[in-house]
Amino acid sequence: MALYSEKVMDHFRNPRNVGVIEDADGVGEVGNAKCGDIMKIYLKIADGVITDVKFETFGCGSAIASSSMATEMIKGKPLSEALTLTNKAVTEALDGLPAHKLHCSVLAEEAIKAAVKDYYDRNGIEYDPKQFPDCGSCAHCCV
Amino acid sequence: MIYADNAATTKTSRTAIDAMLPYFDTVWGNPSGLYAFAQQAKEALEDARARVARCLGCDAREVTFTSGGSESDNQAILSAAKAGAAKGKKHIISTAFEHHAVLHTLKKLESEGFEVTLLDVHENGLVTPQQVADAIRGDTALVTVMYANNEIGTVQPIREIGKVCREKGVPFHTDAVQAVGHIPVNVREDNVDYLSLSAHKFHGPRGVGVLVARKGMRLYNLIEGGAQERGKRAGTENLPAIMGMTAALEEAVRNLDANAAKVGAMRDRLIEGLSAIPHCVLNGDAAKRLPGNVNFCFEGIEGESLLLLLDDKGVAASSGSACTSGSLDPSHVLLAIGRPHEIAHGSLRLTLCEENTPEEVETIIEAVRDVVSYLRSISPVWRDLVSGKTPFVIP
Repeated sequence: MALYSEKVMDHFRNPRNVGVIEDADGVGEVGNAKCGDIMKIYLKIADGVITDVKFETFGCGSAIASSSMATEMIKGKPLSEALTLTNKAVTEALDGLPAHKLHCSVLAEEAIKAAVKDYYDRNGIEYDPKQFPDCGSCAHCCV
Repeated sequence: MIYADNAATTKTSRTAIDAMLPYFDTVWGNPSGLYAFAQQAKEALEDARARVARCLGCDAREVTFTSGGSESDNQAILSAAKAGAAKGKKHIISTAFEHHAVLHTLKKLESEGFEVTLLDVHENGLVTPQQVADAIRGDTALVTVMYANNEIGTVQPIREIGKVCREKGVPFHTDAVQAVGHIPVNVREDNVDYLSLSAHKFHGPRGVGVLVARKGMRLYNLIEGGAQERGKRAGTENLPAIMGMTAALEEAVRNLDANAAKVGAMRDRLIEGLSAIPHCVLNGDAAKRLPGNVNFCFEGIEGESLLLLLDDKGVAASSGSACTSGSLDPSHVLLAIGRPHEIAHGSLRLTLCEENTPEEVETIIEAVRDVVSYLRSISPVWRDLVSGKTPFVIP
């Protein structure tokens, strides 16, 4: 059996929405180079809807594929919906990830939340901090 | 496919396969049998032992056939430790970048009350005989230093370290799994007491290896249950594998100089070609390294994605990144030579053999250049480095 599903390999080889948005409305960066994964998500937002999204990722195949899939899943969606995106949904959309790679999908979820939080902070929009878990350490994702 | 992972395993040679075949269906008796048919197998076994001994510069009685490098490492270290403990000696000296077959065995001994000193291997991946001399104490039971490192290929001054140990009367083991068949190894001249090797690293079959224990060096069993191997390793001998290993070893030793020259030239070209990629660094001493070993770190990228994209381009290689190990920590070897975590994650090991060609080397250089450049283009770490937000670690 291959290391990754065909879907993971497709998103790894041909990542969607890769790049930078220079005038982004919200930017989120999570992970740690020490752990080997960093994800950065750029959002363009209009009327509470994600009109464009780009990502940059330093990491393994599943980290790149998770970022790509997650950006596809939130593009064109209202922020409220993007915030409900779970790592489980990303993993399922990729037809699964190996157990020791699940933290990559967690990073994707948290990168999106961090970008939305940045947008809220920039615009003085109130939010419930509990919605935004702190991805300060990689240890909790580690198997 | 361009196979550049010969430190992981090698293709079993035609010579080895041909040497094995008769022992599956022609001379297939159990060497322990007393009838003539079994004794044919016994003769082949002892002939193989003598031939292996000739290749290694030791006595046939000093050769024990095992299942491979890990078993040999385990048995050598545990035997020397037990022999030392019987004399009240419970201190062992090794290095920080040994194979896990050595390091995990030492960890086990630590939990049993042994004290282990792991010598620093410096940025060039080399220990010095002086370090060993300085670390030896009255209660030192064993010094174990690998002949050549499996990741960065650095070749240790084994003969000089062996001399120090001999002078101080301390048993000396070397894990020579990556060295045998690639560089000259001679148990007697290298002042080695215990030596481990594995057949599949020099075009022999998997699952067979050798533990050399010089006369006077104790061996205690890991596997009980029979009188095979002078009672030191129970289990019916894997004669086909032993015959294949012996043939492969003889061939490797016979062609050693020619292979080393050919492979070494390709290695140097590969190092030269990859060095042109910006912000990369060669891991391990440039001169004192195995003929086929190339190991680089590329700043701003991660090793697993590098390997997968190289695979797409038909290049099989390996990396010391955490993602390839299933843990969050990158290679202990790269950390031991002082590479920071984020740099160690971006490592690439390419290991060549005499079957590779100069054309393949050029293809590898181009493939690595393209993949590194692509991965950097999508890396936020690289963006921060290029924009000056964070300083480069590798100039």
